[in-house]
Amino acid sequence: MAEIGHDAPLLEHRSLWMDVWLAFRNHTGALVGVGVFAFIVLAVFLGPLLHTVDPHYLDIGARNAGASWEHPLGTDNLGRDMLAQVLAGGRISLAVGFTAMVLALVLGTAIGVLAGYFKRVDGLLMRTTDLFLALPLLPLLLVIIMLFRDTLRTAFGPETGIFLLIVFVIGITSWMQTARIVRGEVLAIKEREFVTAARSVGTRERRIVVRHVLPNVLSPIMVSATLGIANAIITESALSFLGLGFPPDFPTWGRLLFDGANFISITPERVIWPGLAISLTVLSVNYIGDGLRDALDPRLRGT
Amino acid sequence: MSHQCPHPMFRKTVPTALLLAAVAACSPDEIVESVPGPVEPASEENRHVNILYWQAVAILNPYLSGGTKEVEASSMVIEPLANYDDRGEMVPVLAVEIPTLENGGVSEDLRSITWKLKRDVVWSDGTPFTSRDVVFTGEYCLHEQMGCSPDASFTEVETIEALDDFTVRVVFSVPKPFPYGPFVGAVTPILQHQQFKDCLGARAAECTVENFGPIGTGPFKVDEFRAGDVISLSANERYREPGKPWFKTATLKGGGEAASAARAVLETGEYDYAWNLQVEPEVLERMMAAGRGEVVVGFGTNVERLVINQTNADSTLGPERRSLYLDGSNPHPFLSDPVVRRALALAIDRDVLIETGYGPTGRVTCNIVPAPAEFASAANESCRVADSDEANRILDEAGWARGEDGVRSKDGVRLSLLYQTSTNSVRQGTQALIKQMWQEIGVETELRNVDAGVFFGGDPASPDTYQKFYADVEMYTSNFQGTDPELYMAAWTCDNAPGPDNQWLGTNMSRGCSAEFDGLVERLAATPYGEERYEIAKRMNDIVVQNHYLIPLIWRATASARSKELKGVRINPWDSELWNIEDWHR
Repeated sequence: MAEIGHDAPLLEHRSLWMDVWLAFRNHTGALVGVGVFAFIVLAVFLGPLLHTVDPHYLDIGARNAGASWEHPLGTDNLGRDMLAQVLAGGRISLAVGFTAMVLALVLGTAIGVLAGYFKRVDGLLMRTTDLFLALPLLPLLLVIIMLFRDTLRTAFGPETGIFLLIVFVIGITSWMQTARIVRGEVLAIKEREFVTAARSVGTRERRIVVRHVLPNVLSPIMVSATLGIANAIITESALSFLGLGFPPDFPTWGRLLFDGANFISITPERVIWPGLAISLTVLSVNYIGDGLRDALDPRLRGT
Repeated sequence: MSHQCPHPMFRKTVPTALLLAAVAACSPDEIVESVPGPVEPASEENRHVNILYWQAVAILNPYLSGGTKEVEASSMVIEPLANYDDRGEMVPVLAVEIPTLENGGVSEDLRSITWKLKRDVVWSDGTPFTSRDVVFTGEYCLHEQMGCSPDASFTEVETIEALDDFTVRVVFSVPKPFPYGPFVGAVTPILQHQQFKDCLGARAAECTVENFGPIGTGPFKVDEFRAGDVISLSANERYREPGKPWFKTATLKGGGEAASAARAVLETGEYDYAWNLQVEPEVLERMMAAGRGEVVVGFGTNVERLVINQTNADSTLGPERRSLYLDGSNPHPFLSDPVVRRALALAIDRDVLIETGYGPTGRVTCNIVPAPAEFASAANESCRVADSDEANRILDEAGWARGEDGVRSKDGVRLSLLYQTSTNSVRQGTQALIKQMWQEIGVETELRNVDAGVFFGGDPASPDTYQKFYADVEMYTSNFQGTDPELYMAAWTCDNAPGPDNQWLGTNMSRGCSAEFDGLVERLAATPYGEERYEIAKRMNDIVVQNHYLIPLIWRATASARSKELKGVRINPWDSELWNIEDWHR
């Protein structure tokens, strides 16, 4: 699949990923996105080493405080440090977003490829997808959480248990778009000449899927993935808002935003910072996805 | 929670630039905007009043819904024989006077009460109000197939009979020291016989026209009722007091949430009156700075309390054991230890809770019955000062030793508990504060919040109701109607513990059980008003509080917002807040 880039000397061999990187490098938005996203990830994971305030500690003497050296982003109405909360919340929100996205992606891709490539399971899988699309999601989430919350809480403790549950719930309710898009692409690709050629030389089905089909549906998968992170972060905040997510003293970006809404006129930073964090994360991830799609698509690459 | 954000999962794609706006769409401003326009002041003398209840009214018949919002909205239209004024004293409404032992209205054996009705009252359709309407209302609520909401007001009523057109006698099957249950207060108003005569029993809920537009004797009549949304009312021109009500028309709008309701009165001035504000004090203060309105408070009997589960709520137990009293055979692994309960109570600093969550709308209380004054015990005042040193000392003494993680344990039982309440930012703040206070005495707390609709919904199939109590500690507010705590306290007897045998409708949430308490319930029911009755009630309060089955936290005011233009509001924690709406004016 190697081809000649516009600024490269003739006949220099380059791998697919080198090509992708070269194309990606030219996408300014994507590069900025990578920078911002890397900064956010580093901040939430390494930040607590520098800013060592406990996000759960209530400092009653310093309620609704503005920015200061001690509390760089101020405090909330119970005296909790906002910076520590945003950092702690970011770890959870990002972890939820990523894990749920990966789960949804694996499920959606598997179902989409199977349905697109193997005709005999197509009907069954696509009707299952329709079923999931038709389910009223919120009641479904409520039921799942009500049924399994206590079991998981006993098995893994309140935090890990709820984390697993939320990731699972978001994952299994957001794979359907990916499955449909992937199936459509696979249907088109499996009729293409190179697949026929591979089949004619006796390549096994599994190998055709992995080697020839999957790389060609990578771009829609990447786009779904980036959208999936955003969706998962927001769904988690919606669940927290309904009192079904993490315990109320467990900061996540969505919950911080929700809790801060009433205080918007007193301490606007309570809404601004978590809101900005969500927006920047989602925006940067989307730009990365945009860049990846352009870079992964051979028809767009190099033009 | 009556307002819900549009669920983001239903969006097919996520336009990134809109994300912040999408999440922030939960902010109250958006809700206020969605409220359809109240009538603008047309002239200098605006005789229209706009009232905002953030929980929307579903029906205008308090016999079919015990919700505060329904009871209070109905009180503008239909009236009882007597109600409570803002000091908790009974005042006659449709009756000539309050029957007492002295004036002969209450019989010597305390088994009957005779009401004399006002003679010149007419319904808003022009027909006269007579004893037949009162007798009918009693029949209506006592009908076998009627799930009558204010049932408790009618307990032990034997007969309700008309002695003549303007005299009604209520006979009880047992002596009633406090016979003012039926037809007193906004929960049991008089319905018109003519209008409701075909709505008895099972047909009660089918009478939509009647239930949405009752004919009343009150200051207003219903023009249009949109269930769950808005009620338009106009002055009842046949109202018995000439020249009243001052307002010619009224709108009672429902929906939104507490903070946006407060804002609509205090900050934007769109509404004249907003009900029930559980909003952080600094938020209210900021809104009041706009100078358009003020918060009015009245202290009744609302007490925010912690309920300490006396039964084992472990999630590994099946439904046949979890949180069930089972005659005391299922005790909580550590909350059944009185030392632990005492330590939990000692560690709580109520002043901090009030400062952060309640401000002028809350006061410290050490009693579960904080008012009326003659019923308030003085034996528990030591709770006003938190003492975590003493709490630590008694826990050490009892052998609860701190582990490496700072959490105490004894014989393999860790002091780790699950603490649940309804979803409300003030309550979540209180939860976080109490968690930290308990952490200082080596108790680990896990917090949980449940949507108010589910928590108080009473659905026997849900594991998250406050009756099921699948947690170790829970927090909510409760109160009693009127000024006598007999029915309220009778709720905490041993056999009132919720369970499948009473469809989880039991009222003794803590499942705490005391033989002395149960004995006093019976004595209270037979003791007439006076020192002895007060003493019994205080002793009952002390048993519950000193055993720490319930830990009273905050005496909460009924708090509402009124526009500065609106005069004549006398907020009433004992009855409907709209009890004197005929006197409201600008």
